Amino acid sequence: MAEMKAQRDAYGEVLIELGKKYDNLFVLDADLTKSTKTADFKKAFPERHINCGIAEGNMMTVAAGIASCGNIAFASTFAMFAAGRAYEQIRNSIAYPHNNVKVVATHAGLTVGEDGATHQCLEDIALMRAVPGMVVLAPSDAVQTKEACRFAAEYDGPVYIRVGRLPIPVVYTEGEYKFELGKSERLADGKDVTLMFCGPFYQLAMDVKAILEKNGLTARIVDMPSIKPIDTVAIKDAITDTGLIVTIEDHNVFGGLGSAVSDALAELDVCRHNGKEIIKIGAQDKFGTSGTPAEILKAYGFDAVEIAKQIIATKCPEFAGEIQL
Amino acid sequence: METKVFAKEMRKLILEAIYNSKSGHPGGSLSCTDILAVLYNEEMRRDVNDPKNQDRDRFVLSKGHACPAMYSALALKGYFPVEDIKTFRKIDSYLEGHPDMKHIPGVDMTTGSLGQGVSAACGMAISAKKQNKDFRVYTILGDGEIEEGQCWEAFMFAAHYKLSNLCVFIDSNGLQIDGDVNEVMSSAPLADKMKAFGFNTLEIDGHDLDAIRGALKAAKECTDKPTAVIAKTVKGKGVSFMENQAGWHGVAPNKEQYEQAIQEVEANG
Repeated sequence: MAEMKAQRDAYGEVLIELGKKYDNLFVLDADLTKSTKTADFKKAFPERHINCGIAEGNMMTVAAGIASCGNIAFASTFAMFAAGRAYEQIRNSIAYPHNNVKVVATHAGLTVGEDGATHQCLEDIALMRAVPGMVVLAPSDAVQTKEACRFAAEYDGPVYIRVGRLPIPVVYTEGEYKFELGKSERLADGKDVTLMFCGPFYQLAMDVKAILEKNGLTARIVDMPSIKPIDTVAIKDAITDTGLIVTIEDHNVFGGLGSAVSDALAELDVCRHNGKEIIKIGAQDKFGTSGTPAEILKAYGFDAVEIAKQIIATKCPEFAGEIQL
Repeated sequence: METKVFAKEMRKLILEAIYNSKSGHPGGSLSCTDILAVLYNEEMRRDVNDPKNQDRDRFVLSKGHACPAMYSALALKGYFPVEDIKTFRKIDSYLEGHPDMKHIPGVDMTTGSLGQGVSAACGMAISAKKQNKDFRVYTILGDGEIEEGQCWEAFMFAAHYKLSNLCVFIDSNGLQIDGDVNEVMSSAPLADKMKAFGFNTLEIDGHDLDAIRGALKAAKECTDKPTAVIAKTVKGKGVSFMENQAGWHGVAPNKEQYEQAIQEVEANG
């Protein structure tokens, strides 16, 4: 079993590292410091941590004001209240003037679990992708989260980083992995289908791949941490080499990774083979619900067997529904 | 230039900008003109030759639609050519319909979406405090604008962090797009609310230059609280047919009206 670590824990750690490196880096939070893990930064640099109380709109614009004075501002709350509640502040006060604010939104998606639909943001990638000039990142493990934050601190301009609540497998090795904007990571290769995921779905993708192999199909696995800009080369390679892309994201299938890949796919100059090119695994235009994260994911179709069946049915028209497990 | 003359020249440029663009917000620009005139012509520590200096006093026009007033002040101070005022709101002009910090020299914060400027001003003020800089931050809100809940989030923030380097003007002209502020959504009793929110609260005549100067002095002398200056003003001040008319919130004068307005401003000034 791989080591498990929550991305928000990694965020708390990297903030301290960044606080040491940049003496003009401020961190803002909206009464969720223990959940977002900015409390760690507060302990190390109390003078540069600003709790804004439960007022996310004000927090985002305060962050813009701080950044306008030549500083780097990291602002954190749950994805629902960052991209959701404070959308317009992010759009008008951060992104439009290109202020140097990094919105790191935790507790994204269905994997929030028991808190239910009001707290499960399934639209944040869509909202942030639509904002001109916004960089949108959805890292897939703790190591990549740290790297994304290091990149964001170095980059001059607005960045949105979405992370989850739960401990998830550590995929990368600290010190070896280097995040690059607009680049994906090919984690396994295969020739029949490409599984493109972001966020907490490394293990699910590996499980799907294992099932497919028992049924005579091989899968490429590509981690897509950079949603905007997106790795169009990887998408072109995927469709050219495997003919089918399956996107997996803890987000509505409208506007998220699946849409971003579809957008790129539609504009590619490649030979088409007149078949289905993409399957989007995600919330199928539905709100979330309460339950354990595992229960919710199963109920919403994040199930290795079900995904494998869809892939086999697409690739093998004679498929009758029986698969080898 | 004497500040009284500076304010008169501002008013003429405001009218010129809006007349030429055939769009814009004369009423609320003319009501905050005298406050901006004192700030830009006397009060703020700023250098036109070093507009991005990190130690400069900051100004955020939270009621961003009144930018003809700010652009006029900036032009008169030499941040850009006065002739460019004529290009306000036109395609290819940098004088955007609402303040744009990326493209307009001297503009410290992009505003226009009401309620956000005061939060940005809080961000500037707290970064000055945290980084031991002595610059001050000024912002002007509309009395309609404070219906936005975000203003009150920002007021709480300013008092909580004792942002004594922040001075918030409320341009209390009593009118918003749909009419009388007290009929659309009353904020009365505003002074009591600002006091209760922890502000050093002053009430002045927003067209009395000495009263504005006095408020700025009192704001600087208060070292443990942010200051709110509720400035009673006249929407459309200086142009008889625009004064106290909600209808002149966002309408441009025609040629005849423009010429009459300029004559009146000249005569009054």
